[in-house]
Amino acid sequence: MIEFRDLHKAFDGRPVLAGFTLHVKDGETIVIIGYSGTGKSVALKHVVGLLQPDAGDVIVDGQAVSLLDRAALTALRREIGFVFQFAALFDSMSVFENVALGLRRRDLGEDAIAARVREALALVDLTGAEDRYPAELSGGMRKRVGIARAIALRPRYILYDEPTTGLDPVTSAVIDELLVRTRKHLGVTGVVVTHDMRSAYTVGDRIAMLYDGKIRQVGTVAQIRETEDPVVRQFIEGRPA
Amino acid sequence: MIERLGRRTVDAIKAVGGFGQFVQDLVRAVPDVAVWGRLTFVQMRRVGVDSLPVALFIAAFTGVVLALQASYTFTGAVPLYFVGTLVGKSMMLELGPVLAGLALAGRVGASMAAELGTMKVTEQVDALETLAYDPQSFLVLPRVLAGTTMVPVVVALAVLTGIVTGWLASFALLDLSTQEFVKGLRLFYRVKDTWFGLFKSATFGCTITLVGCVVGLSTRGGAEGVGRSTTRAVVYSAVLLLVLDAFWALVLLR
Repeated sequence: MIEFRDLHKAFDGRPVLAGFTLHVKDGETIVIIGYSGTGKSVALKHVVGLLQPDAGDVIVDGQAVSLLDRAALTALRREIGFVFQFAALFDSMSVFENVALGLRRRDLGEDAIAARVREALALVDLTGAEDRYPAELSGGMRKRVGIARAIALRPRYILYDEPTTGLDPVTSAVIDELLVRTRKHLGVTGVVVTHDMRSAYTVGDRIAMLYDGKIRQVGTVAQIRETEDPVVRQFIEGRPA
Repeated sequence: MIERLGRRTVDAIKAVGGFGQFVQDLVRAVPDVAVWGRLTFVQMRRVGVDSLPVALFIAAFTGVVLALQASYTFTGAVPLYFVGTLVGKSMMLELGPVLAGLALAGRVGASMAAELGTMKVTEQVDALETLAYDPQSFLVLPRVLAGTTMVPVVVALAVLTGIVTGWLASFALLDLSTQEFVKGLRLFYRVKDTWFGLFKSATFGCTITLVGCVVGLSTRGGAEGVGRSTTRAVVYSAVLLLVLDAFWALVLLR
């Protein structure tokens, strides 16, 4: 289970998260929505210890992430796959090497690594792209390689940072379908950060809206669709202020 | 005015503290040989082999100019075989290490700052961490080790090239025989000349790569930030290199 517990974070004196609290249940996919720059990605990065909170903490499997030493944090990161907004693929490595990189930190032989890479690429419909380089891929393909890199690790949790941002509607739908398929196939707990409502409705079991540094409302997809909260309503309907 | 001074002092203290933390993290990454071992060889090729042409080019012309300037200075007052002494001593003790070091600060330091800066702003460094890699052992240690070991090799070859071109210029343009040139070369030679130059080069290599990595990994912003880091890495490396040069002369040559 992942629990954001009264998380506070400010940059250069400007508060971004101010009492962000959210429980992510095992096996569910929760979508965090909110305006650009409201701290959705910041919250996500606290889960893997890429950022240190000013106050509060993220609790993963009962462990406070900010209190973990280097070895314990590394062990925790092995349980979590992270899909970055712009995929964050390593330019100098082929698709195969990108996906295999995390596996090389585990006690796996080359044959086992190759099998896991092929399996992960097949799951994202990229069989045959092993030898290509990130510069040769489209935006959608890069995102899919990023997802393959995360799922190849067979993590218990996957964190998706804006998985459909910058993609055309059809490619976005493909990525959404991939997220749903990944969850069915691997049974992982997912946290998705997005401001794409179509994507949120498709992939989420629950949706939480981040506003003013804290959760404004959290509920099932149906509850959010029917919400009467004016702030959430305005956001999901995409109405200007 | 006082506020600005105070802010700058705090920033300077923070920078020193940050560098101390960086070095501590680097030392902590040393046992992770499985990661940095293989990558160090890749970096050794990039720092060493790929830098050779520019270092040798500079050294070749420096050797020629040294021989001609020595002959011009010595005319009528000092025996001409001292041209060999001056070319050898200058190349080994000063010009070989410093000129090659400055060239590598521009080539290697800038390229490392740009590469790591781009990785930083495109979240590739964060991605490494989430894949359970320590950026210090994956990115920094291989580069610093490669710089520390390969810059002396590049400098040794540059010194050799400078001496050879100095000899060729003396032979072809100054009518100085090979025996005379070698006589001058050996006249005041001490083994210390060699190890001093190579040791100094190793510290230059360590400095250039360390600065490139520190500056690159502290990059913020997009393309503009990467550009700023690249410039900063070259300037800091060049300044530190000249300060180190004076420091080692003071400590080891007195």
